[in-house]
Amino acid sequence: MILGQDPLYAGDIWDALPVTLLKAVAAFVFLLVSVMLNIWFLRKVISDFQNRIGPNIAGPWGILQTLADGIKLFFKEDLIPDNADRFTFKLAPYLSLVPAFLTFAIVPVGGDFNGDGSRDGLVTILGKPTFLQVADPPIGILFFLAMSSLAIYGVMLAGWSSGSKYPLLGSVRASAQMVSYEAALGLAVAAVVLQSGSLSTHDMVLSQSGGLANWAIVTTGVVPFVVFFIAGTAELNHPPFDLVEAEQELVGGFHTEYSSIRFALFFLAEFMNQITISAIVVTMFLGGPHGPSLFLPDGWWVGTIWFFLKLSFFLFAFVWIRATLPRFRYDQLMDLGWKFLIPLSLFWLILLAGLRIGDGNDWGLGNYAAWFIGWFAGVALLSGLLAMAMNTARSERLAEAAEKEASRG
Amino acid sequence: MTVTENTEVLDGAERVKRRGDDSAVLRLSEAEAAMIGADPDAPDEDERVLLNMGPSHPSTHGVLRLMLEMEGETVLRSKPVVGYLHTGMEKQAEQLTYLQGCTNVTRMDYASPLFTELAFSLATEKLLGIEVPERAVWIRMLMSELNRMSSHLLFMATNGMDLGAVSMMIYGWREREEVLRFFEKVTGLRMNHNYIRPGGVAADLPDGWQADVEHLLELIPPRLEEYDILMTGQPIWRERLQGVGVLNADEALALSATGPILRSTGYAWDLRRDEPYLAYPEVDFDVIVGSFGDSYDRYAIRLNEIRESMRIVEQILDRMPAGDYRVQDKKVTPPPRVRIDQSMEALIHHFKIFTEGYQVPEGEAYAAVESPRGELGIYMVSDGSSTPYRMHVRGPSYINLQTMPHLMQGGMIADGVAIISSVDPIMGEVDR
Repeated sequence: MILGQDPLYAGDIWDALPVTLLKAVAAFVFLLVSVMLNIWFLRKVISDFQNRIGPNIAGPWGILQTLADGIKLFFKEDLIPDNADRFTFKLAPYLSLVPAFLTFAIVPVGGDFNGDGSRDGLVTILGKPTFLQVADPPIGILFFLAMSSLAIYGVMLAGWSSGSKYPLLGSVRASAQMVSYEAALGLAVAAVVLQSGSLSTHDMVLSQSGGLANWAIVTTGVVPFVVFFIAGTAELNHPPFDLVEAEQELVGGFHTEYSSIRFALFFLAEFMNQITISAIVVTMFLGGPHGPSLFLPDGWWVGTIWFFLKLSFFLFAFVWIRATLPRFRYDQLMDLGWKFLIPLSLFWLILLAGLRIGDGNDWGLGNYAAWFIGWFAGVALLSGLLAMAMNTARSERLAEAAEKEASRG
Repeated sequence: MTVTENTEVLDGAERVKRRGDDSAVLRLSEAEAAMIGADPDAPDEDERVLLNMGPSHPSTHGVLRLMLEMEGETVLRSKPVVGYLHTGMEKQAEQLTYLQGCTNVTRMDYASPLFTELAFSLATEKLLGIEVPERAVWIRMLMSELNRMSSHLLFMATNGMDLGAVSMMIYGWREREEVLRFFEKVTGLRMNHNYIRPGGVAADLPDGWQADVEHLLELIPPRLEEYDILMTGQPIWRERLQGVGVLNADEALALSATGPILRSTGYAWDLRRDEPYLAYPEVDFDVIVGSFGDSYDRYAIRLNEIRESMRIVEQILDRMPAGDYRVQDKKVTPPPRVRIDQSMEALIHHFKIFTEGYQVPEGEAYAAVESPRGELGIYMVSDGSSTPYRMHVRGPSYINLQTMPHLMQGGMIADGVAIISSVDPIMGEVDR
């Protein structure tokens, strides 16, 4: 069953239809509204960072500014360049928008997770017990990886089909960047999957119940969280990894030639992805809807409130990063991805896997010690090889440059 | 310097003299460039792409245009194309009297207008053979140093923005605005001041100027510390600038680069020290030099020059002499307003100066000042009339532009942006 282990689908499928539709529509509306608020939030917070006022005309505190911009963009002239591949050019914005919508379906936005998780995160909608997420497929988090890979096509084809040089450079950067960071992202996800023992996002949240010490950020030892957050930021094309757009270099990157509503769709997708990736980080590492009920009466809304608090923190973190950091250069970005993030997350994954085996087989101290020595030796050996390879490549480059210099006379 | 040393200098600059495919400079006419992209279906001979950057591009600092020959993201050869802001100011100067001349030249380098006014005034005064009063000299020095600060603060803003640190743009502008507020108080305008004029300055400093300057001196140093946190020590920032756009001293000299570009190569050349003008020998300051000649050095030099300028301003604050703010030569300086009602001669002088202008003795003069961008010189030829026969400006932005292809060669397109930013050209001065 593609929609997963939700008790909703245990019975007749037609009975479940209204609830499913309701959840899908609610998620859709929620995403659209929250994107609107997210853009407003970004502009407001970043203007605080920069001693500006920010939007303050449309609606109270300028909260309707995004809506106004959207309406304006909708009525603007839609230009398609002569050199463009018309079909692909029109298709691309939707290719980046649809995955952004779909990914959110697997995020548990709340549920009765309080306490030790004995209530299994169930809520009752229209008299039926169900999870507070649109779908809980058994492949779970792999769906997220698949969708984020799919979203590359939107960006890549947009740049390619524009028939112009700057967008082309942007799309070349996009494909290289996203493919490189996908690997680190996947390895960080694998670390969490090792701990939770399941790919399903619902199970991931369940496995983190029982307080802060059980959150995956602690149980996986922070490193996968950091790797995931960096790689996720790169995956979003968010500063400091916004090379794909890079206003100062490529004017607008892949969306240079886009105008009107198609441009707005790219923007929508970008901010929607930002929300989605924050939600995934919260789900995977920060216990999703877990949190103490404090003074509130016990119930499913506590989880939802905690979820949104955690989500907001990450949205703020994104704005903070945007306001602070300069942009990476293309080759530095590749270096960070391939030479740092991927080896780091790979070693960490192996370490976690070893510990996990030890846990299952009741290793003694000696076995653990042997394992650690072996792991360290492996890390040392591989880092040595990597360093050697880098050195060789560098000296070859230098020799080549010197040769070139010499041949110039 | 002996002759043998001189040839060595030229040998060291071999790189900038290369021609052909190895050259950093793309020598390609517009017609040839148009031919290359004309047929999109033509088979690609090689992997090289011709990319046009500007004149309207977010980081070409106005209307600079670059023709880049690229291989992937790597810039091979490039060609800066200028002329998109050409307004014929140099030619116009021949129609304007010496009094009107300052309004004209102040519009050239709009980020540091007082320096062009200063160079113009110094050249005119050389021809006139007049000495400006002590106080005028010190006021000029005060305003120049404050202008150097505002110009470098603008650089901090644009450099930050070009590298993607967007908040830096606002911070730089914010501090610059504080300096401009003082300028507005003194000269009446935020830019294009027409404040420094042949014979002195347009008006005395307003009452309470000391307090304003002290406020600036208190305000800016902690802000510069913040820049250090935000940029100087930032690993990404360093990665982006260190080793990018490297030039050595020989090459910089061969390309007649001046200002922070020359100083970044370790060659200490500052007209304030080496060919002193105004009262610079009387104040104490350091010439900041770099050691690697890269974009990071150019950034660091400018940041520290703001600090040096503040040091100079502090000394000026203590030592500002009393006296006249302009020369009391009735042929050059218009009479005070009140005198016009009392004296016929004053009325005639006033009328003559503002209609016909004053005659400047025949001759030629060159006056150079150290502008924030390098040596800014004005060469003036007078035929004895009240307008210059010829005025030529040695604009540092224009001359520094020719280092650009050499800085860019072999870098990536993102480095190109960092390099344009670190050369810091002001297009108004390039296309005068």
